[in-house]
Amino acid sequence: MKSSVGQFRFWAIGLASVWLTLFVFFPNLLVILTSFLTRDPQATVSLPINAASYVRTLDLLYLTVLWDSLRMSLLAMVFCLVIGYPFAMAIVSLPKRWQPVILFLVILPFWTNSLVRTYAIQFILGNQGIINKSLIGLGLIDKPLQLLYTQFAVILGLCYILLPFMVLPLYSALEKLDVRLHHAAKDLGAGPLSRFWHITVPLTSPGIVAGCLMVLLPAMGMFYISDLLGGAKNLLLGNVIKTQFLHTRDWPFGSAFSVILIVLLGFMLWLYFRAARFVSKQGGLNGSDF
Amino acid sequence: MAPIFRWGFMGLVLTLIYIPILVLVVNSFNASKYGIKWGGFTFKWYEKFWNNDGLMGAALNSLTVSIVAASVATIIGTLAAVALHRYQFKGKALLSSMVFVSMLTPEIVMAISLLIVFMALGIKLGFVSLVIGHITFCLPFVIVAVYSRLKGFDMKMLEAARDLGASESSIFWKIILPLALPAVAAGWLLSFTLSLDDVIVSAFVTGPGYEILPLKVYSMVRVGVSPEVNAISTILLVVSLVLVVISQLLLREDK
Repeated sequence: MKSSVGQFRFWAIGLASVWLTLFVFFPNLLVILTSFLTRDPQATVSLPINAASYVRTLDLLYLTVLWDSLRMSLLAMVFCLVIGYPFAMAIVSLPKRWQPVILFLVILPFWTNSLVRTYAIQFILGNQGIINKSLIGLGLIDKPLQLLYTQFAVILGLCYILLPFMVLPLYSALEKLDVRLHHAAKDLGAGPLSRFWHITVPLTSPGIVAGCLMVLLPAMGMFYISDLLGGAKNLLLGNVIKTQFLHTRDWPFGSAFSVILIVLLGFMLWLYFRAARFVSKQGGLNGSDF
Repeated sequence: MAPIFRWGFMGLVLTLIYIPILVLVVNSFNASKYGIKWGGFTFKWYEKFWNNDGLMGAALNSLTVSIVAASVATIIGTLAAVALHRYQFKGKALLSSMVFVSMLTPEIVMAISLLIVFMALGIKLGFVSLVIGHITFCLPFVIVAVYSRLKGFDMKMLEAARDLGASESSIFWKIILPLALPAVAAGWLLSFTLSLDDVIVSAFVTGPGYEILPLKVYSMVRVGVSPEVNAISTILLVVSLVLVVISQLLLREDK
């Protein structure tokens, strides 16, 4: 009997451990390693180990792309936050029965094909799309507006695809908020705006950071959104990485860009844990419940 | 916020979320080729898709990859969730942090890291590499779904079973699995949809000989309008929507 306990336990722990080590842990190490190798036309990569790929990311051309990509992704993140925060607040203020329904409606699209939904946006923004057709039909404009293949279109597409990722962590942070803190502050004479800034925002900061992380990082990689909505000029970091890996076949260079993303992920996780620690210390009346 | 404003805002955001989907679905039945005007109701784009051997082949490949990937991910993920919930072992913190990291890693980073590891291990790009890649990004979702269901259980029952002499595997088959089944099924359905819809990881780890539907759609929409895409898109959307609704109902049931 002892051996059967051991055997089940062995497989239950072992399978996932081996899988994740082999296909998550080990590959991530390899990306970092590859970024320090040298490109080789025959063997893809070879020695010597050096930091040349990182130096090349500082090239003005790539810095511009990097900055453009970061700016579009950051703007998408900010817009998601600006829409997602009041949205999550509105959900929390609903009766308990309705909350999961609305939440479900927001998250549902996440599970559907995001490429297809990006294509739908392309369809709507095009010169012959609904927006331009209606504006012309209403006589507001004579010529179609150039909506597609602009930075605006890319940012819109990113927001559209990634909004659920912002709403979900914000909702769970807001839901945990102790209403008694608000009542206490109100009794002490704090206005609604002051209560929002001094109670709601600080205590939901882990949710804010988590939401930003879950929008910003994927946003930088979604090459098909910039491909379909941004045209050849408005590139995301994902496009650069994809080109380096699948076309130019400069793996060390592509890996160096990915390491930038990994570093960004690490930084935001650090920020998240700091915020979470702050909240668990300052969590207010029922701090132990967190 | 005043209730009217609150509902108005939520209504507006939800409408904006669903309009593009609706436009796409309606246009898949539009007889006019460029979808500029309503040219009458038609099924012809669906027929074109049905009769296009290349597209149907890609669809079949996609189904195969998704079914295999979802099934393997569900088996490994369920076992892992049980292990994380039930056992204390060396490296438990490492295992759960790997689950956490794999959920947060941007897909593009996962895609290239898998491509590099396939090259390093000499795994040929094609069916096998696609399946491995898809299992990898589905796995954390299954683990989280099953784990959160297990957390709601009364563990005393399992201790009682063990005291009465039940072996660990019969505790799993006779008690844990039946109780966790809704979450296991939901995990499978979610994995299947994730796999069926994936573009980023697939774009990197597929080989030239193995075409799957989302990548076919990607190359079609890049070159321009082809109305079959609307039909394929609608099918993909409807399949995901139905499966996700079922999976959420399974997860909700008797909390």
